[in-house]
Amino acid sequence: MAFSIYDFTSFNQAIDKALYNALPPVWALIVEMTIIGLVFLLFYALVGLFLVYAERKVCAFMQNRVGPNRVGPYGIFQTIADFIKLLMKELITIKNSDKLLFNLAPFIVIIASFMAIAAIPFGKGLHAIDFDIGILYVIAVSSLGVVGILLAGWSSNNKYSLIGAMRSGAQIVSYELSVGLSLLTIIILAGTMQFSQIVEGQATGWFIFKGHIPAFIAFVMFLIASTAETNRGPFDLAEAESELTAGFHTEYSGIKFAFFFLAEYMNMFIVASIAATVFLGGWMPFHVGGWSGFNHIMDFIPPFIWYLGKTAFVIFLMMWFKWTFPRLRIDQLLNLEWKYLLPINLVNILVMAFIVLMGWHF
Amino acid sequence: MITRYLFYFLSILALYSAIMMLISRRQIHSVLYLTLAFFAIGGHYILLNAQFLAVVHIIVYAGAIMVLFLFTVMLLNLNTEQKSPKKMSAKIGAIVSGGMLMIVLIAILRTYDISMTHDPDLTQIGLIKNLGKVLYEDYLLPFEISSVLFLTAMVGAVLLGKKEQI
Repeated sequence: MAFSIYDFTSFNQAIDKALYNALPPVWALIVEMTIIGLVFLLFYALVGLFLVYAERKVCAFMQNRVGPNRVGPYGIFQTIADFIKLLMKELITIKNSDKLLFNLAPFIVIIASFMAIAAIPFGKGLHAIDFDIGILYVIAVSSLGVVGILLAGWSSNNKYSLIGAMRSGAQIVSYELSVGLSLLTIIILAGTMQFSQIVEGQATGWFIFKGHIPAFIAFVMFLIASTAETNRGPFDLAEAESELTAGFHTEYSGIKFAFFFLAEYMNMFIVASIAATVFLGGWMPFHVGGWSGFNHIMDFIPPFIWYLGKTAFVIFLMMWFKWTFPRLRIDQLLNLEWKYLLPINLVNILVMAFIVLMGWHF
Repeated sequence: MITRYLFYFLSILALYSAIMMLISRRQIHSVLYLTLAFFAIGGHYILLNAQFLAVVHIIVYAGAIMVLFLFTVMLLNLNTEQKSPKKMSAKIGAIVSGGMLMIVLIAILRTYDISMTHDPDLTQIGLIKNLGKVLYEDYLLPFEISSVLFLTAMVGAVLLGKKEQI
């Protein structure tokens, strides 16, 4: 069994072959699915815990504070302590609410983010499912979370929750367009929607450099629109504390609240990893043409470290937005999308198509 | 082998959720069952190796249209349980028209060979590259005309929305 941290393809194929030799095909498939599911659950928990800690530290840094520093060295166990606290809390159910929908909503939100993460390439061969239409699939399933948010706001039987859910619905439905169009700009350049081929296409240069100005504009558009789509500040109108107490999850407590919280951070991780994969080269190392010594050192760093580093960079950008810009009003938010981002994106796609047709890209 | 079980599972799920959508008393439950039915049909598309169609189905129906339905139900505040407000004449009319539709369907499908004409493992038409080529080479005119139809609908919606100011 060949194991290398640079290429997991042969390692995965060896496991696949061993399972199919030992078990009948149906059971081998089920065992494989279970393994992948367990790995993702573990990954989910780790990333969630780390992101909450990172957000608090970045926020503290922006506001000139220390941040969590009591539980463990530099407070790194703070989120684990918080999570245990959330687990122990009482689960409140409201009278006169639709119990089924109230309990179902957090699961819909978290399943939507769980489905999206399956299509993301973490490294060479580290890929749960490589769809022919990977990008479209991620756009499709990441937009399903809004159903859960709307149901949460509705079934809480609380006007603040309902207003928050309505805002969130309007916001996600409109910003989805910009996310899709900015990704489409890069699909035109790449000529494929399959994640593995998109990453392979960036071996000679990341798409943000290859596509000249349109690719850079698309990157900025994607950052703005995806920040809005994940309901994060400065677009966190759905849970604007000063107006709506906590928006759609006002009535949720304990582990159900933790689900919403986790789903928000995982959505941020997913959009950051799409940005890293589509615009910043995925797990491809950074190369400068002609510097063979430099390129060789860059090749030495394993692909998943590159992937995680790029994702962490985009996540840091999004946290930076949240703690720097003031929150928008709902009319400003919708004006920004429909009057500025959408027209710019449409023109941008035409420019990119023209560049690709003329062969002006690198 | 496993696809056969998946087919039966998805078919039962689709039929169950479609029936539950019709007989649920609460509108918001109906909307959710409709979403479930759309997902089951999306699963059927994937079984037929039509990945693009499946994902577009989920984006358009389970994503956008569902959100619209949820908005409508919430804004109109339709959470009251309805006790079958239809009159007897309306029920009889529904049964008669449904039965006539069934007769027409049987008449059409009676001579139709239902056996599968394409093996889903071999046909590649559902993949996005082949589908794009077929749409833009063989069916260019109908495709473009349907896009004009969508544009007309959009212009109409904007006009209706701005009715007061004209």
